[in-house]
Amino acid sequence: MIQAILVFNNHGKPRLVRFYQRFPEEIQQQIVRETFHLVLKRDDNICNFLEGGSLIGGSDYKLIYRHYATLYFVFCVDSSESELGILDLIQVFVETLDKCFENVCELDLIFHMDKVHYILQEVVMGGMVLETNMNEIVAQMEAQNRLEKSEGGLSAAPARAVSAVKNMNLPEIPRNINIGDLNIKVPNLSQFV
Amino acid sequence: MSDIVERTLTALPGLFLQSQPGGGPAAAKTPFSSRLGGLVRGVTALSSKHEEEKLIQQELSSLKATVSAPTTTLKMMKECMVRLMYCEMLGYDASFGYIHAIKLAQQGNLLEKRVGYLAVSLFLHESHELLLLLVNTVVKDLQSTNLVEVCMALTIVSQIFPREMIPAVLPLIEDKLQHSKEIIRRKAVLALYKFHLIAPNQVQHIHIKFRKALCDRDVGVMAASLHIYLRMIKENSSGYKDLTGSFVTILKQVVGGKLPVDFNYHSVPAPWLQIQLLRILGLLGKDDQRTSELMYDVLDESLRRAELNHNVTYAILFECVHTVYSIYPKSELLEKAAKCIGKFVLSPKINLKYLGLKALTCVVQQDPSLALQHQMTIIECLDHPDPIIKRETLELLYRITNSQNVTVIVQKMLEYLHQSKEEYIIVNLVGKIAELAEKYAPDNVWFIQTMNAVFSVGGDVMHPDIPSNFLRLLAEGFDDEMEEQQLRLYAVQSYLSLLDMENVFYPQKFLQVMSWVLGEYSYLLDTEKPEDVIKRLYKLLMSDSISSETKAWLIAAVTKLTAQAQASDTVERVIQEFTVSLDTCIRQHTFELKHLRENVEVMKSLLPVNKSCEDMVVDASLSFLDGYVAEGLSQGAAPYKPHHQRQEEKLSQEKVLNFEPYGLSFSSSGFTGRQSPAGISLGSDISGNSAEAGLKETNSLKLEGVKKLWGKEGYLPQKESAAGDGAEAPPLPPEVSPSENIDQAAAKRTQAQVLAPSKEEKEKQLLASSLFVGLGSESTVSLLGKPDVISHKFRRKSKVKAAKSGEAASTHNLTCSSLNSLSHVAYEENDYLTALQDGEDTESKDLPLGPELSDSESLSELPLAEKVSDCSLSALSLFADSDMEIFQPPSSAAASLTRDIASASCFLEETAGDMCSGRMEVCSDETVSVSSYKLWKDDCLLMVWSVTSKSGSQLKGADLDIFPAQNFKISEQRGCCLPVMEAGSTKNFQYSLQMEKPFTEENLSGFVNYQMVDTHSVQLEFSVNLSLLDFIRPLKISTEDFGKLWLSFANDVKQNIKISEPQAALPSALKMLQQKLRLHVVDIQGNEGLLACRLLPSTSSLLHCRVHADGLALWFRSSCPALPDYLSYQCQKVMMVGPGI
Repeated sequence: MIQAILVFNNHGKPRLVRFYQRFPEEIQQQIVRETFHLVLKRDDNICNFLEGGSLIGGSDYKLIYRHYATLYFVFCVDSSESELGILDLIQVFVETLDKCFENVCELDLIFHMDKVHYILQEVVMGGMVLETNMNEIVAQMEAQNRLEKSEGGLSAAPARAVSAVKNMNLPEIPRNINIGDLNIKVPNLSQFV
Repeated sequence: MSDIVERTLTALPGLFLQSQPGGGPAAAKTPFSSRLGGLVRGVTALSSKHEEEKLIQQELSSLKATVSAPTTTLKMMKECMVRLMYCEMLGYDASFGYIHAIKLAQQGNLLEKRVGYLAVSLFLHESHELLLLLVNTVVKDLQSTNLVEVCMALTIVSQIFPREMIPAVLPLIEDKLQHSKEIIRRKAVLALYKFHLIAPNQVQHIHIKFRKALCDRDVGVMAASLHIYLRMIKENSSGYKDLTGSFVTILKQVVGGKLPVDFNYHSVPAPWLQIQLLRILGLLGKDDQRTSELMYDVLDESLRRAELNHNVTYAILFECVHTVYSIYPKSELLEKAAKCIGKFVLSPKINLKYLGLKALTCVVQQDPSLALQHQMTIIECLDHPDPIIKRETLELLYRITNSQNVTVIVQKMLEYLHQSKEEYIIVNLVGKIAELAEKYAPDNVWFIQTMNAVFSVGGDVMHPDIPSNFLRLLAEGFDDEMEEQQLRLYAVQSYLSLLDMENVFYPQKFLQVMSWVLGEYSYLLDTEKPEDVIKRLYKLLMSDSISSETKAWLIAAVTKLTAQAQASDTVERVIQEFTVSLDTCIRQHTFELKHLRENVEVMKSLLPVNKSCEDMVVDASLSFLDGYVAEGLSQGAAPYKPHHQRQEEKLSQEKVLNFEPYGLSFSSSGFTGRQSPAGISLGSDISGNSAEAGLKETNSLKLEGVKKLWGKEGYLPQKESAAGDGAEAPPLPPEVSPSENIDQAAAKRTQAQVLAPSKEEKEKQLLASSLFVGLGSESTVSLLGKPDVISHKFRRKSKVKAAKSGEAASTHNLTCSSLNSLSHVAYEENDYLTALQDGEDTESKDLPLGPELSDSESLSELPLAEKVSDCSLSALSLFADSDMEIFQPPSSAAASLTRDIASASCFLEETAGDMCSGRMEVCSDETVSVSSYKLWKDDCLLMVWSVTSKSGSQLKGADLDIFPAQNFKISEQRGCCLPVMEAGSTKNFQYSLQMEKPFTEENLSGFVNYQMVDTHSVQLEFSVNLSLLDFIRPLKISTEDFGKLWLSFANDVKQNIKISEPQAALPSALKMLQQKLRLHVVDIQGNEGLLACRLLPSTSSLLHCRVHADGLALWFRSSCPALPDYLSYQCQKVMMVGPGI
């Protein structure tokens, strides 16, 4: 399970802080600081994994990080996650950010903090990886953006008028794998279907 | 990717002036959002932390005013929330806004709601009280027709949701599993997974729906359900073996690229999905050949397909390797996996190298030769600049330590230890070093020096077991007395020299160890008198850096030494100094010392030399205080009540309203609900009586026959393992070790590959040969288990004495009670006896029940006793080395039973039904059948499996093994493994079982391995169901004892059972409990009955039943918290079935 996702810049200023496990407020700040110091010490050419600091639980937890220009993306995970898998999940997250913001930069993370959180919610939900398919995440975000635009346009109208728009559905991308005979067959389970 | 995020903060002001680029145009137009911009700009422009604080506080107070103003619209509120989130992220308290975040989620339109939910999930935690206010909103949104609202609600549920409120939303989320949109189904599955994590019992009933999710036509939903399965299989893999085929099929299709291209990541099909599936397979196939066989193909395919072109394929490969090594081994796959590990280890990429080391660490115990192959890489990693690589290497070395390379490895570990500052690393490493040192120490000097290093570095953070283990090792000694004395002597000498050093400070724990050792073993010193040692201790005592706990240890040491020293001025000074100490504990010790000094005889007997392991007999009952107590009582003092009794009384006085939630009913079926504790009168006759009896006990302090031992468990003074001495021979020094040559040869081979080794290289190879010594000789080791070739230098003495005394205590009624238990079984099984019983019952309805029951007991015992003695005699002749009841099961193919045992086995067949459960065939194939019996022995449940060969052909090396089960302690009883089974004959395997943790029903499974003469070996699996009742034995105690026990047990459960004709029911109910549950009827008084039983090995439980107008009130008490629940469940079951059956 993912315990926390931290994004901070080269100076240790937090840009995104999301904990999936409960830590008291002060401890959260200390963890951000501790993690920053742990990560900052490391050269770019050594490994992207390190043991969690003492606050987050020591050697049972791993910090997996990537450094992009001005930002560090750090995922704190327990032993049940695959290190390389998480490393690529960070990449997925950043690439998705890039697609949603068209050339993402640190400023986007600052001024659209809420949006970044929404994107993250589509990737990781409650500490579990929800979606790793970039197109799907972007589609979800676009649907929400469209919502925003329509609401923005109708903002002056009485709320009842909006409800019609509210009920619109998300676009359905064909994700079914029932393509010809290629669909996934799960034997022995037909009685449950 | 890095070029994408090129723009830095320096570009910030400029960007700001041109309004905002990128998304969110609507937000940018409102004045409020630019307030966030202003805030950010302000914060970035500041130079000091102090200024930032000021600015944010300002911002927060203006926000506080805004959010609480009634004129603030929801739209403004939305903007405020974003700013609050920003402040919270920077670590400032914005708790005044929490309630507004919840309001926003409740009242806002879609966009505002979204911000509200996000703010709530960032601000609050699962047990925050405000969260309860959100439950209603979540329920409403879950029912909404708008998909976005449902999604938001599901998201918040899986992020934070109060556990008590799960029932409110559970049915709604269950419905969502059938939703037409896959995103909703996916999120619902994850929300249910979250529930499974925080309250597993609440989602028990929807496991079947998880299966549906697994078969969902959408890949995303299926992938989400894998989270749940991974978790559940980790908890209990045996329950999901049937799904193996499905997981394999899914993986096959994923690997085969049958998913939509959408799921590809860098042209690798759904890598995360593959990783999950591989993990699940690894868990399923663990120690299970049949399941493992199903997955060999797909694993092979995965290994082959994972072409090494991207990071993420390495992730898959790593999981593959892990899975291959954790399932039942297959040599081809292992070979391939080993090659993969090589790729990792030799990779120039540091991430992969790290994973390679990690993989090696996992597999090295199964295949030590792998470490040998990569020894040069491992040596390089040992000096790697990256500490995490170093750590992993040390972990690897720790796993391959043996008595030959221990010195080098421990040295490396100590080097790392001296560099690291993190506390958890120190604790971890110190523990490992101490473990290795104790296991493999080559000599005394090294051992003591290593432990000194451990104590001085580990100091006060290390696990408290380490010093106490060390002291126990010294105190209990080991087999060789000479060695033992030398070790102690060396410890004393090294501590004295450490103490003589000036200006060195040792951790308190180390000083405590020193003072104990010096106090106990200074007498071994020839060169120094106790007086000198006392002087050193005195110097320590006067030092300021010593904690008062350590001072107490030091004074204890001084006291011990005083007994050996004659008159000593230093002791005098100690006494003077510390009788006025402010620390009461130290003062107490000093006064003891002072008084002991005045009476040398007492002191010598109290503090004998080198007797730390001997037991002292102490009158723990304090009988010498009887007079004092009696006097106190006669003067009207209140009698002493034990602590738990006082608490109980206090509780019963306080019990006005019960605020505790009622416990969940044990079973959801239609039993009458358990009454609340206040429902039953507390002052029933029985408990009143027993309480009184308890009081009387304390009054008179009747203590005959009480002989408690004070101190540690006794240990057998004489040596008892002469046989172990051979293995005990001191390990050869590394230079002359035979396996050394092999390893050096291996090292040389590597050397030959590396062209022209530099001097540095040579050093490394030298290191390698000392590190990997002893591994080569084990390279032929079996893949199934870790080879256990450890020869402990310091083998602890076993605690035979303790075991023996326990045995002696239980032997006096062993014979009769074993007969008893048999007779109870006989009630169940033997029609004849039951008929007899029934007949008697009808005759003696009016008689008091107690004598009747005991009568019938003795009646049934008599014939059985004869039978048993007979049968054990004949069994003895059959199985010469067995002393228990063995019976020959009726063979299903009894054609070729040898003549001479035929008569005996016939007899056994006859009696078999009486004393054990019916014979049950658990598995069979065309050649063998396996049947099992339960024998309810007095001290354990004896399971007997008999393997019978059906055909005429011979079976070779039939062997039976039981899978370890977490709730049982299983030990094999004299498995006499015949090399070749007589055709058609039977072989018995006996296992004695003890329960470790109470349960109602549990499966015990195992397998039989046999070899046909010319085909290869065949494996058959079976499982047997065991219930709690198999482990219940009657507890024969008197009513008085019952009263005492009743008071001492803290865990109780009360239960009402409705029965017809309650007045007549007590005798029959008691009889039924006695027969079916094997409870012992202690006493019957009027409409109340007392029963007692014990759960093997020794947890006792008591039952008090009382008949009243509506039925039967059962009241269980036990020392084990879970037992009353289980017993009451069993009672209900028995009673519900009714006496007729």
